[in-house]
Amino acid sequence: MNPVNYLYLAALLFAIGATGVLIRRNMIVVFMCIELMLNACNLAFVAFSRLHGNLDGQIIAFFTMVVAAAEVVVGLAIIVSLFRSRHSASVDDASLMKL
Amino acid sequence: MSATAVHSLWTMAAEPVDKIDAPKIEYGQLAPTLIVIGAAVVGVLIEAFVPRKSRYHAQLFVSVVALAAAFAAVVALAAGDYGTTKARVAAMGAIAVDGPALFLQGTILLVALVAVFTFAERRLDPAAHGNRVDSFVAQAGAVPGGAGEQAAVKAGFTTTEVFPLVLFAVGGMLVFPSANDLLTLFIALEVFSLPLYLLCALARRKRLMSQEAAVKYFLLGAFASAFTLFGIALLYGYAGSVSYGTIADVVDGTVETVDPALADTMGNDALLLIGAAMLVMGLLFKVGAVPFHMWTPDVYQGAPTPVTGFMAAATKVAAFGALLRLLYVVLPGLRWDWRPVMWGVAIITMLGGAIVAITQTDIKRLLAYSSIAHAGFILAGVIATSEDGISSVLFYLGAYSFVTVGAFAVVTLVRDAGGEATHLSKWAGLGRRSPLVAAVFAVFLLAFAGIPLTSGFTGKFAVFKAAAEGGAGPLVVVGVVSSAIAAFFYIRVIVLMFFSEPKADGPSVAVPSPLTTAAIGVGVAVTLVLGVAPQYFLDLAGQAGVFVR
Repeated sequence: MNPVNYLYLAALLFAIGATGVLIRRNMIVVFMCIELMLNACNLAFVAFSRLHGNLDGQIIAFFTMVVAAAEVVVGLAIIVSLFRSRHSASVDDASLMKL
Repeated sequence: MSATAVHSLWTMAAEPVDKIDAPKIEYGQLAPTLIVIGAAVVGVLIEAFVPRKSRYHAQLFVSVVALAAAFAAVVALAAGDYGTTKARVAAMGAIAVDGPALFLQGTILLVALVAVFTFAERRLDPAAHGNRVDSFVAQAGAVPGGAGEQAAVKAGFTTTEVFPLVLFAVGGMLVFPSANDLLTLFIALEVFSLPLYLLCALARRKRLMSQEAAVKYFLLGAFASAFTLFGIALLYGYAGSVSYGTIADVVDGTVETVDPALADTMGNDALLLIGAAMLVMGLLFKVGAVPFHMWTPDVYQGAPTPVTGFMAAATKVAAFGALLRLLYVVLPGLRWDWRPVMWGVAIITMLGGAIVAITQTDIKRLLAYSSIAHAGFILAGVIATSEDGISSVLFYLGAYSFVTVGAFAVVTLVRDAGGEATHLSKWAGLGRRSPLVAAVFAVFLLAFAGIPLTSGFTGKFAVFKAAAEGGAGPLVVVGVVSSAIAAFFYIRVIVLMFFSEPKADGPSVAVPSPLTTAAIGVGVAVTLVLGVAPQYFLDLAGQAGVFVR
């Protein structure tokens, strides 16, 4: 199969993730959509790596996975602490600072 | 039959693996970053092994020594001509050691040192159960107002983890403006962002707001960094490499497309334009430029004030450094495409920040919108695309960051029963109650406004001059107009402080320890020195204004 198709798939996944971030209301789901965007990036990296015939893209994919894991640790810690104090993980409820 | 002979029936010796050359790392040239990251790791070990009583002093000592040592390393490198004639790319092409990198690293380290002083302040809040407390929560995991939190406060816990977190953030910020390939850029971005998200959530007072700020910063920051990463992927597809130099060569057209099989991707302008746009968008998010500024006021307001000061100053320095390098080293061949876009962004950033700031009633939000307007002014210098553009932006960043840390340090002093009194109405008559603090804050506000004899004026003059010479005359006009609008609300705060009656139930001004006093003193000194006698520092920035490639 033509590797370029994987790029279209990556762009599609990225768009689905971005749309999810914008329309979903639960912080955890928003966060999962961000992870989907990162994975779409990984797919793009690996597909480009195959196209160019060099390994840079595959190495970058590993780095991205590590970064995504670190982001999960930090992000879930923050979201869980907010949930414990408010009993809600809705992004709409977090509006203390609205004028 | 021997074992080898049996094996040889269906196996054969593989080609010997070519030797992989061990990467050559110039530890000396990377010393500033290595010192800071090393100290951060030591800080984590202190958290694990040192008794709770002595952690605060140990952490403070390690942080201050590490930041000072790293600054000394930067000075040593600059004295060794690494900023000018010996500028080079170190660590197998991953990190540039050149004038702008060293200048910005020095600025970040000094600002971080001053900010660490404000982090360590323990005399502003009244002592809880006989233990001195700082601006950070007793135990981050405890539910606000719950029994766990009360027990933690009673036991005298403090979150000394903030010191290693700051050091990790500083480590990322040191790499960010000197990154010479896109992977290093992305990793540095995450290394300094993740600790900042956590730091935002750690306020002692108004914890719900603090946690909310952290969630907003985290979700939007992660969203923006996903865009950055996809931009990097597209640029990698465009050039077949993530190295700045190689991408620049492909953009310039000096590398012909080698393989016809790659015609779809390599050198495809759609990939270049979309990729560059997404990458620049991620960086503009970090500098807080309109229309990517939405997080700024909420995060600045909710985060603990020392963290706000640190983040407002140091993040801006690091992110503008990276933006400059990206636009000047990787994408100069594309400048006819990015300049009009940046024009638009700079104009709406300057005007948007200044106009919305007028309606603010909270001092931290006001300073947040003011920082947005300042991002616009700095962008005007970035657009100049000249050597003067680089050096004026460097100077502006240095001047602005110290004013910011100082201003937020003053905000921590004005307090009432609920902690910091950040509502503007409470600042009425502060000049009568505490003339010195009000006068110092007035100096910072005048510097933000760009009044002569302060560093703000020198910086703005340099940036606008570079922009005008770079053919961005109309941008300078917009800049001056929005400076005038911004001056209105800075002066309004000064009038409020000095020419209105203090309220009976107004806030009191806490007497800080020498730590915060030093931070504010450094801010005032830098503001006045850069305003009255800026020549030495302008020359320094001028010498530093050339990127290595």
